[in-house]
Amino acid sequence: MKREQIKDMDSLQTSERHGMPRRDFFKILGGGIIIFFRPWRALDLNRMPAEQARGVPKDYNAFLRIAEDGTVTCYTGKIEMGQGIITSLPQMMADELNVPYDRIKIVMGDTDICPWDQGTWGSLSTRIFGQIMRTATAEARGVLLDLASAQLGVPVSQLEVKDGIVTDTKDSKKTVSYAQLAKGKRIEKFLDVKPSMEDYTKFKSIGKSYNRVDSNLKVTGEAKYSGDMKLPGMVFARILRPPSHAAKMTSVDYSGAEKIAGTKVVREGDLVAVINENCDLADQAIVKIKAEYSFNEVPVNDKTIYEFMLKADSNAKALNSTGDMDAGLKLCDKTFESEFHDPYLAHVAIETHTALAQLDGGKMTVWASTQSPFGLREGIMRELGLPAEEVRVITPFVGGGFGGKGEYQQGIEAAKLAKLTGKPVMLMWTRDEEFIYDTFHPAGVIKIKSGIDKAGLIKLWEYSVYYSGTRGADAIYDIPNTKFTHYSQKSDGPPVHQFGTGAWRAPNNNTNTFAREVQIDIMAAAAGTDPLEFRRKNLKDEHILDCLKAVADKFGYVPGKAPSGRGIGIACGADAGAWVAHMAEVKVDKSTGKVKVVRIACAQDMGLCVNPEGATIQMEGCITMGLGYTLSEEVLFEGGKILTHSLDAYDIPKFSWLPKIDTVILDRKDKPPQGGGEPAIIAIGAVVANAIFDATGARLYRMPMTPERVLEALKKV
Amino acid sequence: MEETIKFQLNGKQTEAVIDPTQTLLWVLRNHFGLTGTKFGCGMGFCGACTVLIDNEPVRSCQLSVGEAAGKNVITIEGLATKGKLHPVQKAFVEHDALQCGYCTPGMIMNATGLLIKNPTPSIQQIKDGMENNLCRCGAHMRIIEAVQTASKEMKGGK
Repeated sequence: MKREQIKDMDSLQTSERHGMPRRDFFKILGGGIIIFFRPWRALDLNRMPAEQARGVPKDYNAFLRIAEDGTVTCYTGKIEMGQGIITSLPQMMADELNVPYDRIKIVMGDTDICPWDQGTWGSLSTRIFGQIMRTATAEARGVLLDLASAQLGVPVSQLEVKDGIVTDTKDSKKTVSYAQLAKGKRIEKFLDVKPSMEDYTKFKSIGKSYNRVDSNLKVTGEAKYSGDMKLPGMVFARILRPPSHAAKMTSVDYSGAEKIAGTKVVREGDLVAVINENCDLADQAIVKIKAEYSFNEVPVNDKTIYEFMLKADSNAKALNSTGDMDAGLKLCDKTFESEFHDPYLAHVAIETHTALAQLDGGKMTVWASTQSPFGLREGIMRELGLPAEEVRVITPFVGGGFGGKGEYQQGIEAAKLAKLTGKPVMLMWTRDEEFIYDTFHPAGVIKIKSGIDKAGLIKLWEYSVYYSGTRGADAIYDIPNTKFTHYSQKSDGPPVHQFGTGAWRAPNNNTNTFAREVQIDIMAAAAGTDPLEFRRKNLKDEHILDCLKAVADKFGYVPGKAPSGRGIGIACGADAGAWVAHMAEVKVDKSTGKVKVVRIACAQDMGLCVNPEGATIQMEGCITMGLGYTLSEEVLFEGGKILTHSLDAYDIPKFSWLPKIDTVILDRKDKPPQGGGEPAIIAIGAVVANAIFDATGARLYRMPMTPERVLEALKKV
Repeated sequence: MEETIKFQLNGKQTEAVIDPTQTLLWVLRNHFGLTGTKFGCGMGFCGACTVLIDNEPVRSCQLSVGEAAGKNVITIEGLATKGKLHPVQKAFVEHDALQCGYCTPGMIMNATGLLIKNPTPSIQQIKDGMENNLCRCGAHMRIIEAVQTASKEMKGGK
């Protein structure tokens, strides 16, 4: 039996971040051929923040296995939350291995059998992980061909593979299947692979549209999410929550709760919860707890937060700037100063944060709806003082994430309660908890000063972003004199954000693209130039220019100076390695201020598109979801109290909002694949704001563009 | 107080000895193990918990199990017959009318109820009828298309 030597065995077995030691894989999975690989290169590590890079194991963090029945399984710490990698990752493997698509399986998000992964976000699964997985899969094919060569007595160069069968090209009777090759084998191979692009003309599976592989499970109710798990003796928990983020419990009386049949109250420090085998009774018991709180004064609400940010003692960091501001100013014929505001947003996945935790035989197992199973495992290790081998996180289907499930407080709470009660504890956050303990898209302010010369060329761009982050803050236009400043939380200063903030689909970029593209539109109007022509004149980036052309063709764009009264807007941008351009048509009811988006077209350059069907679904989803932050979504708060904590107070897009949606994916088969789950959402705010201007002449500098704000802006026309 | 509650559940006469004030959603999920019906908000706003009661789409988080007594309850698990997908389920698969899939059972039950009442809805009637079922992934356009396709197939008497 052939057996490859494994590098780094010692480091592997001593690293606490890994799941089981590699020597155990065969014991659990059975025989076959296992290929370990590492989707992180030194270069990627250098690009990461230091604390994140330290967390990435240096030896391997993914592997695939060719089992003795010929099925190929990829084990990854990534998770499926609707974005569709459960469908597209196997496509990439099918092509490299020459096996039928249905012979490929993917096992995700189980910390005991999948290798470490930082989390599923940032549209990284295809463009980083997928690329290297493909290369590893190609190496696996090499191993199989070596085995076939030995078995058939034929040189590798004389072999071909079709549908998992290796055949001698000179004697078609000489065949052996992958299953036969893997039978009785226990081969491990460690690869340090670099991503390589295969000849796209040879793709059979990549680039072809595949329907979702999980649809059947999801339309029949068979798909299991964390809340669908059930264990013997399981109890439901409800946690006592303070009335506001600024509250601290001073006294608690839970005698009333204990009168509810079957209820047990558990407490550890500030964590007070009721458990009951019956979910309804747990609900009844939690409201019987009487608690008193003291409140810290919080000086800010959803209206004053922007002023508060601008006045705060911030950490100001200059980013890559070019040219000279004074020289730029001298070149300008007209200058423009604008201030843009964007509020806090909630994620509002329909599945709330959910976890089932069980402490059994000294091992804590948690089934959790999370984008970061390994993050949750580390959280539990830290909070409960458990070693890695005593914590296992399993991620069933996740009912929507959008960045919000990068956080995993519910998993730690469930684990604590399981330890305190000795029972398996199911914790499904209520919708209130989901709204209040969400890590919101951060509110922020963006100030831009810009200028154009007599020819309508942008000569000056001074950009300051306060507290909403820098992703997507690049100018993208060809401007000789630019200055960027990022204002953020001072490490020793009082907190500016009064509650948790985090990643929200295409984090920061929705805010930055809104500000930039509205400012561009302001200048186009002042220059008296068609807004598409103005952008073309000031852009050098071929990718964006191509997207603009493609979207204009799809939309049937007819040039015209804004405001033309037609209600047509344009915006473009870049995110997650991809480029997008949008056009929209709106109708504005000038008496009510209500905006109806009639149609939106989007063109996207995402490099090689692995699954056009899946990518199109993501674009449609981005466009539809984007209407929410554009038109209605805003977390209202007073002090530390979240006022919008139900689905009637916080309005997300519904069927009646739906515009006609057209999508175009540029043909870029020869380019590496890029992100697809986020780019198409970044410009929705801007494209609608610009369309409102074109319809009415009213400029909106603040999202969401509610009827009240539209009416307010109309008064200034 | 526990009582014996009898009703039709997915085509079978069923009974449970249970407190009739308990929420139908939790009884379906925790007593009968029918976890296809989802919890989304517990307030009747999202529609993830929609089931059919006597062919009417109903939010099972807003109903007690006692109120279902004597009635015909159908959940997502009871929609396919003899392993064959219901036309609405089939159309959701064909159109990829879902992403995370968490709102999907409620969407399908609501759409089925809609088509029982109005077998040939216009696009506007589909939008109106689906309006208060929430989807965060943004599958709305495909859901409308799927309901149209299902409508066509059901009209054919299949």
